[in-house]
Amino acid sequence: MANYETHEHDVLVIGAGGAGLRAAIEASAKGLSVGLVCKSLLGKAHTVMAEGGVAAALGNVDSADGWETHFRDTMMGGKMLNNWRMAQLHAQEAPDRVRELEHWGAVFDRTKNGKILQRAFGGHTYKRLCHVGDRTGLEMIRTLQDQGVHQGIKVYMECAISKLLKDGDTIAGAFGYFRQDGRYVLFKAKAVVLATGGVGRSFPVTSNSWEYTGDGQGLAYEAGADLIDMEFVQFHPTGMVWPPGVRGILVTEAVRGEGGILRNNKGERFMWKYLPEDRRNEYAADEEEAKRWVDAAMKGEKTNDRRPPELSTRDNVARAIYTEVKEGRGSPHGGVFLDISYQDSERVKKKLPSMYHQFKELADVDITAGPMEVGPTMHYIMGGIRVDADTAGTRVPGLFAAGEVAGGMHGSNRLGGNSLSDLIVFGQRAGAGAAEFAKKIGGQPKINEADITAAIEELEAPFKRANGLNPYDVQTKLHEIMSKYVGIFREENDLKQGIAELEALQAEVDNAKAQGTKLFNPGWHLALNLKTMLICSQAIAKAALLRKESRGAHSRLDYPNTEADFGKFNYSSSLEGGKMALKESPLNEMPEDLKKLFAKKEPAHA
Amino acid sequence: MREATLSVFRGDKDTGEFKTYKVPIEEGMVVLDAIHYIQAHEDPELAVRWNCKAAKCGSCSAEVNGRPSLMCKTRMDHFADGEEIRVEPLHTFPVIKDLVTDVSWNYEVNKRIPGFTPAPDADWTFYQEDIERVQEFRKCIECFLCQDVCHVLRDHDRKDAFFGPRFLVRTAGLEMHPMDTLNRAEFIKDQEGIGFCNITKCCSEVCPEEIHITDNAIIPLKERVVDEFYDPVMMIWNKIFGKKKQLV
Ligand SMILES: Cc1cc2nc3c(=O)[nH]c(=O)nc-3n(C[C@H](O)[C@H](O)[C@H](O)COP(=O)(O)OP(=O)(O)OC[C@H]3O[C@@H](n4cnc5c(N)ncnc54)[C@H](O)[C@@H]3O)c2cc1C
Ligand code: SF4
Ligand code: SF4
Ligand code: FES
Repeated sequence: MANYETHEHDVLVIGAGGAGLRAAIEASAKGLSVGLVCKSLLGKAHTVMAEGGVAAALGNVDSADGWETHFRDTMMGGKMLNNWRMAQLHAQEAPDRVRELEHWGAVFDRTKNGKILQRAFGGHTYKRLCHVGDRTGLEMIRTLQDQGVHQGIKVYMECAISKLLKDGDTIAGAFGYFRQDGRYVLFKAKAVVLATGGVGRSFPVTSNSWEYTGDGQGLAYEAGADLIDMEFVQFHPTGMVWPPGVRGILVTEAVRGEGGILRNNKGERFMWKYLPEDRRNEYAADEEEAKRWVDAAMKGEKTNDRRPPELSTRDNVARAIYTEVKEGRGSPHGGVFLDISYQDSERVKKKLPSMYHQFKELADVDITAGPMEVGPTMHYIMGGIRVDADTAGTRVPGLFAAGEVAGGMHGSNRLGGNSLSDLIVFGQRAGAGAAEFAKKIGGQPKINEADITAAIEELEAPFKRANGLNPYDVQTKLHEIMSKYVGIFREENDLKQGIAELEALQAEVDNAKAQGTKLFNPGWHLALNLKTMLICSQAIAKAALLRKESRGAHSRLDYPNTEADFGKFNYSSSLEGGKMALKESPLNEMPEDLKKLFAKKEPAHA
Repeated sequence: MREATLSVFRGDKDTGEFKTYKVPIEEGMVVLDAIHYIQAHEDPELAVRWNCKAAKCGSCSAEVNGRPSLMCKTRMDHFADGEEIRVEPLHTFPVIKDLVTDVSWNYEVNKRIPGFTPAPDADWTFYQEDIERVQEFRKCIECFLCQDVCHVLRDHDRKDAFFGPRFLVRTAGLEMHPMDTLNRAEFIKDQEGIGFCNITKCCSEVCPEEIHITDNAIIPLKERVVDEFYDPVMMIWNKIFGKKKQLV
């Protein structure tokens, strides 16, 4: 019987990105003992990489902005499939959460009159993104990290959770191992918050790190929670495409927010062709108008001109680029051109410093002197664990989820900047929800010794497969299946084939082997992670097959239109009798006062 | 196909040796790509930290041909054809395995720095020019390359007495924040051990974020400490009027 160490907390938070840190701070502020677990070192989560900004209707630059418009933009961006209550709370509370960060020491860029500066981003009617150059996520995570540290939260770094444990129906804790030496660890907790982020490592070209193996989604699914909207996978329109070593690394949307222009190999500014008819009049009519908007934006002046077509939503821009490339109008390395070099080079270096360095150092391209080559990269998953909007609670009592791991907030397509705000709004709510739950239940729940034994056996298994497979080879296969059959454009036969191949891959995942010792062993860790990657990939492919329409980030070649009937429910996947079952789960009716917001006439310009 | 030769440290806290690997070169490849190639094709056990692959998270610090570097930012074509590329873990911190070191000490000292302390009635109006300097310090990605290269920590192993450049940068970010009200001078002098720094600027040279660690953070902090503790005028002033709010 293998040894393990035990820790006890009122609330256990799994994941130390923006959502996890904010949840931990909240629960700890309520006087509870909080443990915070993360797979990497503290401060290295995805949140640190976020660049462009955090969306909040502060109205510091465009005073006409308010939560109602932010709510409306978010719902329209998500093609009305969002959980309206989440979108509402998000729009209402993001400004307070951003100000709170400032009060905890975050140093946002300033307007001329000393307030938090805001910039334009795709799909947002007004200039709404609070930012720090192009390293907003770093500012946020560092602020939260320092705030959390001073509040006495206990942090377990480089610790991976592999199993949630329950006492009957209710959550009781979690089991896992420390990456550094492979020692096992049991956490007893009265409430657990999952904040483990996304699933990008299921795809070969992605902006996501090694950590994004869908752990939280998989853990929750196995514990009895359901996942919704998994078919909605966001391909960010602008990833680096060259050199091959950097393929997929993100080029922030802030480049377009600062006036970046997209062109094909004929020099055409193609985005005009791809604007959706119903929102076309929100965008500039021609080059001159777009230029006037950019000039005004650079000077920080108000204008009646409309924003450039490059600031359309991500799903739309990603499809446009994909189409241009497919039809032979791409750049030499299979992308398109994104150009900001027509602007003052000092300003570009100041507003987009990390982009400047990233291209200069990794691709030998000076973005102040010429265009970048960019193309779509898997970036974010809108889907995730289904939660209650107000408490962030899942179907499993005592289990909460926030951030990218949770679904519902973004519907079928997330607007840029709405993730960072999602983290702090629902991180706070998840922390409060978990604290309240933990206080109510009183004593520590019981943990079944047999469950611990099973968790240990699962962790040991890869070492026992002497004739097993190299986990890296299995991951490569998964990548091939996902990119071939479940990519940006989807189609019935492809999806069916993809699902069949994913099912066949199960045997290989179950036979991935590890060798050597448990001391910091990446091969072992990958062998373990393949399981949740496969669960998420299956949920994505199966929901994509059922959704016979195109909506937001989900594009079906065989069903190119958005169908009203498919706008009435989410697909949810859950574990039923050992199998993944997909169900239609109807959306809640939006109250009349919110419905009215969609009738209100917004100014076409911003 | 062109090949690179990498000599990578393999071992743990007790023993270790350099092992040689041949890796096919792709255009635009960085050292981290080569390490990943070895992991996927030759040795899945090779331990390395990384997250962003874009010089944003500070995870992939190592010493490449003797220079503290981010592996994701070190291009393979910067080395001559046929040159052996030597990759080893940071020297200042204990090895856990291969390229992974135990940097936990850094998180411990960070906890001791008194946090941001705004005035309760602050109105939060402040201007870009007031924060340019602070924003420079906040670019730090905690790669700990500066900690690795600083001779006080590296050669003299004075982790007991000196916080190192990273945490002087962090302290400077707090001290120069226009809304912060705390005076950390005594703390900087006694706890952080700023006196140990003799301004060799090695830290500034390796900082991948190009933070002017010595010129912009450490020297002004040293001046602060001198003003507060060794300036005779200030000493008299403090005697008569009492010091600014001090740490308890
Ligand atoms: C390059 C890039 C740029 C982006 N730019 C923006 C932007 O400008 N604006 C915006 O709004 N959004 C942006 N995003 C999206 C946004 O950064 C992420 O969606 C968000 O940071 C996710 O935060 P999170 O707290 O949910 O998860 P993360 O910050 O990813 O944190 C996940 C945490 O969970 C831990 N974890 C995972 N699995 C386990 C496990 N099994 N056991 C223990 N711990 C585990 C990890 O170690 C980590 O600490 C960007 C994303 C990327 C990749
Ligand atoms: S300047 Fe000071 S902190 Fe920097 S390396 Fe030299 S002694 Fe260390
Ligand atoms: S100051 Fe520079 S070198 Fe030091 S940890 Fe920060 S980014 Fe790295
Ligand atoms: S992997 Fe993030 S800095 Fe190198």
